Amino acid sequence: MDTLMQFGTGMFGTAWPAVWTLIKIVLIIAPLMLGVAYLTYFERKVIGYMQVRIGPNRVGPLGLLQPIADGVKLLLKEIVVPSGANRYLFVIAPVLSLAPALAAWAVVPFTDTLVLANIDASLLYILAIGSMGVYGVVLAGWASNSKYAFLGAMRAAAQIVSYEIAMGFALVVVLMVSGSLNLVDIVQSQQKGTFADMGLNFLSWNWLPLLPLFVVYFISGVAETNRAPFDVAEGESEIVAGFHVDYSGMAFAVFFLAEYAEMILIATLTSLLFLGGWSSPVAFLPDSIFWLLAKICLMLFFFLWFRATFPRYRYDHIMRLGWKVFIPLTVVWLFVVGVWMLTPFNIWK
Amino acid sequence: MMDFKTTVFFFLSAILIFAALRVITARNPVHAVLHLILSFFTAAGLWVLLQAEFLAMVLVMVYIGAVMVLFLFVVMMLDLNLDQLRQGFWNYLPLGAVIGILMVIEMGMVLGSRYFQVLDSEVPSVPAGVSNTKELGALLATDYVYPFELAAVVLLVAIVAAVALTFRGPKKTRYTDPAKQIRVKAEDRVRIVKMPVEKQD
Repeated sequence: MDTLMQFGTGMFGTAWPAVWTLIKIVLIIAPLMLGVAYLTYFERKVIGYMQVRIGPNRVGPLGLLQPIADGVKLLLKEIVVPSGANRYLFVIAPVLSLAPALAAWAVVPFTDTLVLANIDASLLYILAIGSMGVYGVVLAGWASNSKYAFLGAMRAAAQIVSYEIAMGFALVVVLMVSGSLNLVDIVQSQQKGTFADMGLNFLSWNWLPLLPLFVVYFISGVAETNRAPFDVAEGESEIVAGFHVDYSGMAFAVFFLAEYAEMILIATLTSLLFLGGWSSPVAFLPDSIFWLLAKICLMLFFFLWFRATFPRYRYDHIMRLGWKVFIPLTVVWLFVVGVWMLTPFNIWK
Repeated sequence: MMDFKTTVFFFLSAILIFAALRVITARNPVHAVLHLILSFFTAAGLWVLLQAEFLAMVLVMVYIGAVMVLFLFVVMMLDLNLDQLRQGFWNYLPLGAVIGILMVIEMGMVLGSRYFQVLDSEVPSVPAGVSNTKELGALLATDYVYPFELAAVVLLVAIVAAVALTFRGPKKTRYTDPAKQIRVKAEDRVRIVKMPVEKQD
């Protein structure tokens, strides 16, 4: 590591810290993009097996090259801009939906030390950046100058704004019990407790004492990413494909990338906030990044499992679930945990 | 050679001024709203430069993430006739200009007043390890607890007033009770009839 630093300083001089940060960004984004590609493969395989099919199996061994083939196909297709569309916004909308999904990774820690920017308010940063993802969808729907796209955009905007509140309240409770907005501190605060002293670390993670919030957070995350059963923004059966009905080729692929990158982000945040991040479930195994990756894969599997299991919610039911069930539930649990922390039974000292 | 912080400050300020100008000069209302969002975002960047990271993040979260989404929502749905909007521009200009100049003078007086002394003050350098969020929370819960509660009550009154102004009694729409729906059993809806196999001759 030191020799690399010395080599870099010799090569780039004072610009080396900037270059080094760029290298780190590439080291995060490249595996993420590969992860997105293979998440689509994983999704098609998992849903295939759940529906007693085989899934993609033609391109490469076991169909493993299928995502590459899909990517190349989308790259080669023409991007058609509808004649009545607002050209500038039509092109910028996919970018606006992908950028927040990538920018949030700047503060996501992978181990105690492996993090691009270990800032104090990383949870706030993620909330702030995450709340900007909706603009891509809204602008795409409006700029396309199409009824169906516009309806999809309206649905997506209402849904994302509603579920963000429940998600925010769930996060408030998490930061109450860990006493920090820093994601590294939040993970470290889950590594101690009565069960952790007994060697059963996984019972000390936030998911058990904050079980209702864990469930609310993850379901809101599914709604936030517009995934089934909350994918009314796309709603093929009634509004053909929602906000991206007029997009083709790479412009469509960018929306696709954003959706999957956001799924991976939600899975990662759930693992960090509620499932102890990189800490190992039992004391005799060492903590490592592999635990985090395993937890992310588990949460991503849940995303796909939901999609194969549940039929799409009706729109008014989605709004009811967000406003009348999740928000009251999280507010009540906020008070419960607050009172709990003031009693002698406080387990988060 | 300017130091890095100053460069970033001028960069963000330039974008902020450009975006703010476009808010009032853009012909398309949706473009104006988008430039307003851009100006909020760059203002948040300026606050980060002032080491007020909590306020910056909250600005992005509340204004960009929630308020402006609804704003954009409404502007997109409006059926605006641009020619009609531009009518009477010269008639309204003198009044508008007077109000604008008054506001500029007011802001100048606030910024230059001896209570704030914004122009003379320097950004306090915060030692590393002090959490902006924690300090703000402590202040809100101790020194400023009454103004804080008062603001909360005012906001609550605003919510109640908004509901009272727009609520016109329950609409006569078809409504399904989710609790009832969940309690439905298969026997209530489907009747399974046993039938012996019929022979074909």
